[in-house]
Parts: sequence; structure tokens; C-alpha cells
Amino acid sequence: MPSKPYKHSAAWNVSWVFIFIAVGSLFVADIEISTFEPWGELSRFFLAIFSPDWTHYKDIGDAILQTLAFAILGVVFGCVVGFALALVFHWRLVRTICALVRAVHELFWALIFLQIFGLHPLTGLLAIGLPYAATFAKIYAEILEEGDKSALQAVDPKTSVISVFFYARLPDLWVHFKTYTLYRLECALRSSTVLGFVGLPTVGYLLSSAFLEGNYTEVWGLLLLFYLIIATIRYWLRPKLLPFYILVSPFIIANDSEISSENMVRFFTEDIIPTPIRNGEGLVELGQWFNELFLTQALPGIANTLILTQIALVITAILTLLFFPLISSHFFKQTGQTMGHTFLVIVRSTPEYILAYILLQLWGPSMLPAIIALAMHNGAIIGHLIGRYSNEITLRIDTVKGGNRYFYELLPRLYGQFLAFLFYRWEIILRESAILGILGIATLGFYIDSAIQDLRLDKAIILIVITALLNVVVDSISRRLRSRLRLKTAVECS
Amino acid sequence: MKKTIILSTLLILFSLISSTTLVAADTQKTLVFSAIPDQDETRLKQRFSGMADYLSKKLNIPVKYVPVKSYSAVVTAFRNNQVQLAWFGGLSGVQARLRVTDSQAIAQGIEDTQFHSYIIAHHSTGLKKGDDLPKGIAGKTFTFGSKGSTSGRLMPQFYIEKAFNKKTDAIFKRVGFSGNHSRTIALVQTGAYQIGAVNFKVWDKALKDGKVDLEKVSVIWKTPAYPDYQWTIRGDVDASWGEGFSKKVQAALLDLKDEALLSKFPRSGFIKAENSDYQPIVDTAKSIGLID
Repeated sequence: MPSKPYKHSAAWNVSWVFIFIAVGSLFVADIEISTFEPWGELSRFFLAIFSPDWTHYKDIGDAILQTLAFAILGVVFGCVVGFALALVFHWRLVRTICALVRAVHELFWALIFLQIFGLHPLTGLLAIGLPYAATFAKIYAEILEEGDKSALQAVDPKTSVISVFFYARLPDLWVHFKTYTLYRLECALRSSTVLGFVGLPTVGYLLSSAFLEGNYTEVWGLLLLFYLIIATIRYWLRPKLLPFYILVSPFIIANDSEISSENMVRFFTEDIIPTPIRNGEGLVELGQWFNELFLTQALPGIANTLILTQIALVITAILTLLFFPLISSHFFKQTGQTMGHTFLVIVRSTPEYILAYILLQLWGPSMLPAIIALAMHNGAIIGHLIGRYSNEITLRIDTVKGGNRYFYELLPRLYGQFLAFLFYRWEIILRESAILGILGIATLGFYIDSAIQDLRLDKAIILIVITALLNVVVDSISRRLRSRLRLKTAVECS
Repeated sequence: MKKTIILSTLLILFSLISSTTLVAADTQKTLVFSAIPDQDETRLKQRFSGMADYLSKKLNIPVKYVPVKSYSAVVTAFRNNQVQLAWFGGLSGVQARLRVTDSQAIAQGIEDTQFHSYIIAHHSTGLKKGDDLPKGIAGKTFTFGSKGSTSGRLMPQFYIEKAFNKKTDAIFKRVGFSGNHSRTIALVQTGAYQIGAVNFKVWDKALKDGKVDLEKVSVIWKTPAYPDYQWTIRGDVDASWGEGFSKKVQAALLDLKDEALLSKFPRSGFIKAENSDYQPIVDTAKSIGLID
């Protein structure tokens, strides 16, 4: 009987397609280290870790309070609004709006709100709160959808909706809501820090100033405190203290700048209206205007964003495969795993924006710093998840060791989950790739930032919308791939 | 559980509302000013906290300086009336006055009537100073200062493109934006970029302070003169602080004789300015497409 020819699995084929795209992208990508003495600067930077500088402790203390306050209020706003939206998430309109809002990165939101509210605290509050609300809406809806419904079915149909929710649903779902919301608070601390780079009074503000002046000792003073806050989150974030935090936060972020409705109206009726329309020109001029914007900025921006994303995705995959054994009980004993954990926590707590910023200062502006930053951050996140996942697998007592155990026992069992997480992060990596343009790499963010610096908000808004659409497209491809490959992801990866 | 949830919802609502309406109830309105972040922030803080004290004493009202992260943010804050007075560069001043009708340039540094940019190069390029722009800069890596800078972008871009009759993207191997002038000097000195464009006052001051290593980086060309920095004030300040307020601010600026404070700008003194002084900037910005 002729044997059937061996057929590779779909996951295998998809993996190779992605690797080929990434290798192809490497040929067109600019990945040169352009600085004259990159390694001297890098060692100067890392040596400064031994002499962290906290001289400006007053400024630092204030910036930390601001960072915490913006993060807490942003998450509170996000989870209240997000929860309300989750209840009506079956409406297509709500889903679409949420997807678009989510597709725009916090930093872009901040740049938009800076135009509307200026230095008013609403800028930071909404820059975090709005995209977070859209994310919460989606995840909360998933939790409601997938949660245990047995209690619900036992309830008397005449019971009021509110009672049903509080007594039959919330008790079962509470822990999911809590875990996810807490996780987002950690993300919000990162977001809030990064917003300092565009002018919010958070840790990022001091961090970017210290960097621009080459004060690496001060940079480390700030970074170490930042890690400390993230690492101790579960000690200071007690449910009982939460009302207190929420109550004092507004007083921390309050400043005396005012907002005027005039500015808001002008933003929507003038600033973002394409120049040809504002000048009363015809459709032909509008077409030309758009054409030029699309061909000279959007198109190269999209190309570079995708190139960066695809390379970073595959490198993320490689790093994940290297990172996960560090915390896996199949490879290391307790002490080893603890060290692995510490390493992964530090790498993933460093916002990719800051990581890219650091590497750009040291190596010069090419895609390389961005690729490394994206891959390190995301690799550490997925590595952590896969590592934890691997600990749930029990191998036979007489199983093989070392490389054989890695390649023949664990990898095949973890590969589906690994791909699922990667595809889940794909869209997030894309969003980050766009944002890193603000640092000078020619992705969409570069053109958006340039348009804002030239005070051409009409162009900036169109480019932001294009970025959002690109994100939505990639997200839907990723969803299709995941369902084709029958991959399931946990919400914790978003 | 129900109670705590309702309670926390109320708390949240309360705090959200209060955070957006909390405004210090000042008896006297504070004059808020800002400035383009053209160099190291430590330097800016020293300079402008001194300026705030000086103006406050002179004008007899509270005066506050707010730092911002980008040139465009100053223009936006000025336009939104979150700052009423600003120390702008030539280009940012023009952009601001285009957006706030009846705002006025009221004072400029004595040196700002004859401002220059330097083109600087890393020693490894082997380029030497010349009366004309050295053609050898073509094909090198190049950094401007901030995207919205006059001396770090607009003017150097204009003169370089004029000399080569090509766009800067086509002349250089790589074009970047360092962020500010101090950073441009640092980046060219380390060789992160081979060539850079920098504000001549910032360069001279850095040289005097011993922050430049002439073995590694040197000036290879000086642009022709153009008008640059100026103090610009909103037209509606008289309505808030009384008739003739902008004249008072102008007088206070022209009257500044404190050598220590002036040296932080660094300027030898302030003289009168008018919007029309900056027509050359408007024309240049239009010609390279930075304003419509």
C-alpha cells in the first residue's frame, strides 16, 4: 500500500510564511548602527546603574505621585466606562467604535488631547482612560460571555436585572474582573510614565530630560524607583486603600490651567478640517491634497511600520523561545526560576518606548533599536506566559533531559499556545511600531509627529485614522489565523 | 457588597468631576508664560524661574513659567490662552501670531536681529571650515535640532537646499531630528551624526562652558544672518490685566539689566520688536513648505 506523503501542519506552514516575510523585510529595513562609538556609550549607560542619582528627590517624588495618580484615575475611568460599554457590546456600532479607539495608541491620544485641552489634567486622564475603556469593554464583554452561567439559569425570571447581576453573575465573575483590572493598572503605570515624554508631569518627563542631557545616573535613579513601584504593586494596592487613592488622585493631578469650550469647538470645526476644504477649494484640490499626503507620507509610513512589525514579531518569537525555560520547572530549580522571574519582570516592566529610546540614543536612529526594544519587551511578556503554561505540563518521570526535552517534549506541546499569544500580540506590536516613529524611525508615528510639530492637525488626524485602520486590518487577519489554527488565547495577554 | 460598589461609584464620579474643576481661587490672575524647549532643561529652568521672579516684581502680579516638551506645544498653549506670553523662536513666533490675531512680538534679544546657525561636523569627516557651504557634506548623516526650530531647522534647511538645489533628504544619507541644540552638539560630538545644524548662541555658550571638545567637533560653516527669538504676547492681555498691560510687559523686558539673568539667555539685552521684523521668516518658511 503506497504511504500517504507527509503533510506539514498548518501551524508549521504559517510559521514559515511569517519567517520568510521577516527575512524579506530585513533586506529592505535600515538596521545600521550609525553611532561612532556605540559601545562606549552603552557601557557608560550601564555603569551608571551603580551610582543612581536622587538629588532632585522633590521633583522625583512629585513625578511619581503624578504617575500613580494618572494611572489610577485612567484605569478607574476606563473600567467604569468600559463596564457600561461591555453590557451593550453586542451592538455592532459599539464594537466598531471600541475597536477604532483601541487601535489608537495612548501617546497619539495624548497628542490629540494636548491640542484640545493643552496642559489641563484631562489630557492625561483621557489619553489613558479612553483607549483603556475600549479595551475594558472588549475584555469585560468576553468575561461576561464566557463566565459560568449556571447560577443565572436558576434565578426566578421575575428578578430585577440589577439583582440578577449582583447576586447571580458578579460573584462568579468578580475574580476575573479583578485580576484583569489589576493587570491593566500595571499597564497604566507604564502608559502614564511614557506620557511624560510628550509633556505630562510624570516620571517620563524627568526621564526624557535626564536622557537628553546624558545624565545616566539620574536616569537610573528614576528607572530603579519605577521598577520598585511595579514590583511592590501588590503590597501598596490594597482594596481597602483604593477609595483613598481615588479620592486623593484628583488633587495630585489638578493644575491651574483652564479649558475653554472655544478651543474644543475650534479643534473640531477648524483645526482638523483638511486645508483645501477650510479654504473653500474644490474637490479636485482636496483630491490632490489627499493624494500627496497619501503618497509621500502615509504610504512610506505604512510600509516601514509593517516592515518593523514583521521583523519584530519573528524576533519576539525567537526571544520567547529563549526566555520561557528561564522560569520553567522543567529546566531550572527554584533559585534559577526566581532569577529568571526577576529578569523577565524587569525586561517586561520597561516600556518598549523607553527601551527603544535608550537604544536609539546609544546606537543612532535605525530600525535596529526599535526591533530589539519591541522583541525584548514582548518576548519577556510571552515568555513569562509560556513559562507558566509549561509548568502545568507533567512529563513522564523517565523523560529525556536538556535539548531533547525542550525540542521533543515541551515545544510540541506548547507550540499552539505560543503561536496564539504571538498572534495576539501582533496587533500590539504594530501599534507600538507606529508609535516608535515619534523617536525618529520613519514609521507612521514619525509622519504624525511631524504633522503635529508643523501644526498641521488636519494631516495628523488623517494619518492617525490610517494607522488605526491598519491596526484593525491586522487584528482581523490575526483573529482569522487564530481561528483557522484553532488557537485559543487567555485575556491576560492583551 | 452592593453598598461598597455604590459608594465607590459615587466616589469615582466625585473625583472625576472634581479633578476637572479644581482651579486655584487666586485673588489676582497669574500671568503664565512659556518658552520653546530649545536646549537642556536644567538651563531652561534656571533661566525662566529667574525671569518669572523678575517679571513678577516688575509688574506686581504673580507670574509663572510652565515648561513644555515641544515647540508646537508652546504654540498650542499660547493659542489656547493657557500661556499669555512666550519666548518663541522666529518660526514658532510666526506660527503663533498667525493663529492668534492681534498678538504682538514685543521684544527681542539684541543678537536676535542678526542671528546665525552653524553647521558643525565630526572630525572623522575631515571637513574644514569654509566661506561657502562645504560640498563634502553630501552623502553624510545629518541632524537638525527640533522639527519646529528656526536656527536648528528652518534656516539651515533653506540654505543647504539652496546650495545643492535639492531637498535635504536627497542630499544626505540620513536626516534626523535631535530634539534640541544641546543634543545636536552632543550627537555630532559622539559621531552619532556626522553633520549637524545648531543655534550659534547655544554653541558659543557651550564652548565657553567647556562642554565642546574641538578635537571631535567643529564649525564648518556659518549661515547668513536672519531674525530669530522674540517675546510675543497675546492681544487680549489688556482686557485681563488692565489697559496698557502689554506695554508694561514690554517696558519690563526692555528694562532688564540684570547681567546674570541676561547671560542665561544668553543675550546682552532686549530691544523692541515688531511683527513685521519677522517677514523674512514667513517668506522662508513658505518657500520650503513649512507653513502654507
